Parts: sequence; C-alpha cells; structure tokens
Amino acid sequence: MADGAIDPIHQFEVTTYQALDLGGWDISFTNAAAYLLLASGLVIAFFSLASRSAMVPGRLQSLGEISYEFIANMIRSTAGEDGLKYFPFVFTLFFFILAANLIGMFPYAFTTTSHIIVTGVLAMTVFTLVTLIGIFKNGFGWLKLFAPSGIPWPIYILLVPIEIISYFARPLTLAFRLFANMLAGHIMLKLIVSFAALMATFGLVGWVGTTLTVTMAVAITALEFLVAFLQAYVFAILTCVYLSDALHPGH
Amino acid sequence: MEGNIADGMKYLGAGLATIGAIGGAIGVGNIFGSFLDGALRNPSAAPAQTGNLFVGAALAEALGLFSIVLGFVILFAAP
Repeated sequence: MADGAIDPIHQFEVTTYQALDLGGWDISFTNAAAYLLLASGLVIAFFSLASRSAMVPGRLQSLGEISYEFIANMIRSTAGEDGLKYFPFVFTLFFFILAANLIGMFPYAFTTTSHIIVTGVLAMTVFTLVTLIGIFKNGFGWLKLFAPSGIPWPIYILLVPIEIISYFARPLTLAFRLFANMLAGHIMLKLIVSFAALMATFGLVGWVGTTLTVTMAVAITALEFLVAFLQAYVFAILTCVYLSDALHPGH
Repeated sequence: MEGNIADGMKYLGAGLATIGAIGGAIGVGNIFGSFLDGALRNPSAAPAQTGNLFVGAALAEALGLFSIVLGFVILFAAP
C-alpha cells in the first residue's frame, strides 16, 4: 500500500523470530507460534492455579469451578450424559480458543485465530474425531446420520445428497466462522481507529468527529470482547452438537 | 482519469461482494426478533433457549461475514 495509507491487513502479518529448518520443512519460530504457545500456556497456568481443592473456594478456584460447570452443562444439554466422556476435549478446545481470541484483543498483539490455517486445523481435528467416534461407536449404523427416519422414501433421493454435502461442509464452515469473525472484527477496529486519527487533522470539526469515532471504537471493542467469547462458545457448542450426532445418529 | 481499469474493477468487486452482508443482517435480525417474540410470550422458557439463540445467530452471522471476507480477499489477497 502507499505511504501513509491505512493498511488494516498489516496486523495479520506473520513474522519470523527464529528461522528453523527441519529436512526441507520450514518450522521457523514465528509470532504465530509464540502467541499459540502463549495461549496454551495461559490456559495451563490458569487451571493449575485454579484447581486447588480447598474446602472454601477462593476467587480463582470459584472461577475454575464455574468454567467446569459451564462446559459440563453445555455438553449435558446438547450431547447428553454419554457425551461427558469427551468433556476434556471440548473443555480444552473452548479455553484454548477463548484464550487465543482474548490475547488478540490486546493492542499490538497477534490474533492467531484470525488465520484460517489455525482455525482450519482445529476444525479438522473436531471433524476427524467426530467421524471416527461415530464409526467406531455405531459401525454401519452411523450411516443413518445421512438418512433421517420418518419421511416418505422419495424424499431420500433429494435429502441424502444434501445431508452428505452438509456433513462435509462442517469443517469448512466451522473454520470459516471463527476465522471470518476474528478477521472482520480486527479489520473493522483498525479501520475505525485509523479514521479517528485521520479526522484529528481537520481542525475543530475533526475533533468532534474524532471524539465520536473514538467513542464508537470503545463500543466496538466491547462488542469484540463479546464476539471473542461468543465464537469460542459457538465453536464448543457446535462440537457438542456434532458429538451428539456421532453418538446418536438417526435422531 | 488515472489508474488502471483492473484496480477500479477490484474495488467495485469488493464493494459488490459485501452486499451479501444484507442476508446475514436479515438472518440475525430475524433470529433475535423471533426470540424476543417468543420470550415475551413465555418468559419462563426463555433462559433455556439462549444457547440455541446464540448458535443460530452465529450460524446466520457467519454467512454474512463470508461475503465481507470475500471482499477483503478481493481487495488485499487477490493477485
């Protein structure tokens, strides 16, 4: 982009901290890797501090217990009691995405979840796991997922292909939803803040404009915090829904 | 006129791609509107449905965001 122009894409650039090479594979330590490590490190640190089992829980322990109950309720209400076996997976997934999203909200921080490769790998993990669980639990009965019961048979000719396509679109939409939300949110924030800075150069009218824009930027930052939580929640609850499909196909 | 036609078309295309956000807006508005409709009729049943509400809203919102991302891709990532 030209000099001085607003460049909202710059914040997503991957920069290499330490170049590494493993037999032709580029495994350089980048800012993306650093922030992914930071996100998982934060989650591990938080829960190792929060999981002390005092009789009277302190603030940190209460927070840990609330988050446990939150995810457990989510699984119970969507996937049923037998879904609780997969609690650790959903729990880790939710808190990793939440940590990555929230770290991205810090100014100058790198948002790992705004890269489709990160969300894509997470979504493919969920998809592969759910498919394998479905096949191992139900055998051929798993195929009933593509043919819901209780409809007249001519409909199946139309419905089965649609079900199959929508099943294989799952990882795509799962990855895209998180990626698009984080990307669009951060670009929007950057554009609005850049616009505020630009307005400040236009004298008195500009100052009024800047004040309004900065107020709006604050409101949108608050909205982005909500989105950061909501997207982690949606990712986790959709994982539960897919798990429920794998555990009870044909419903 | 300065610049070339390809660049102009790029901006035009990005602008056109974002029209799809209208669909997402209608969808999200519809979901929250219907939720309030139902919630005010039977407030005691509303808290149990907030999970469904947000999942539905996120599903609809994502479709609108796809068009926004498409616009960004045309603007910044297309060759």
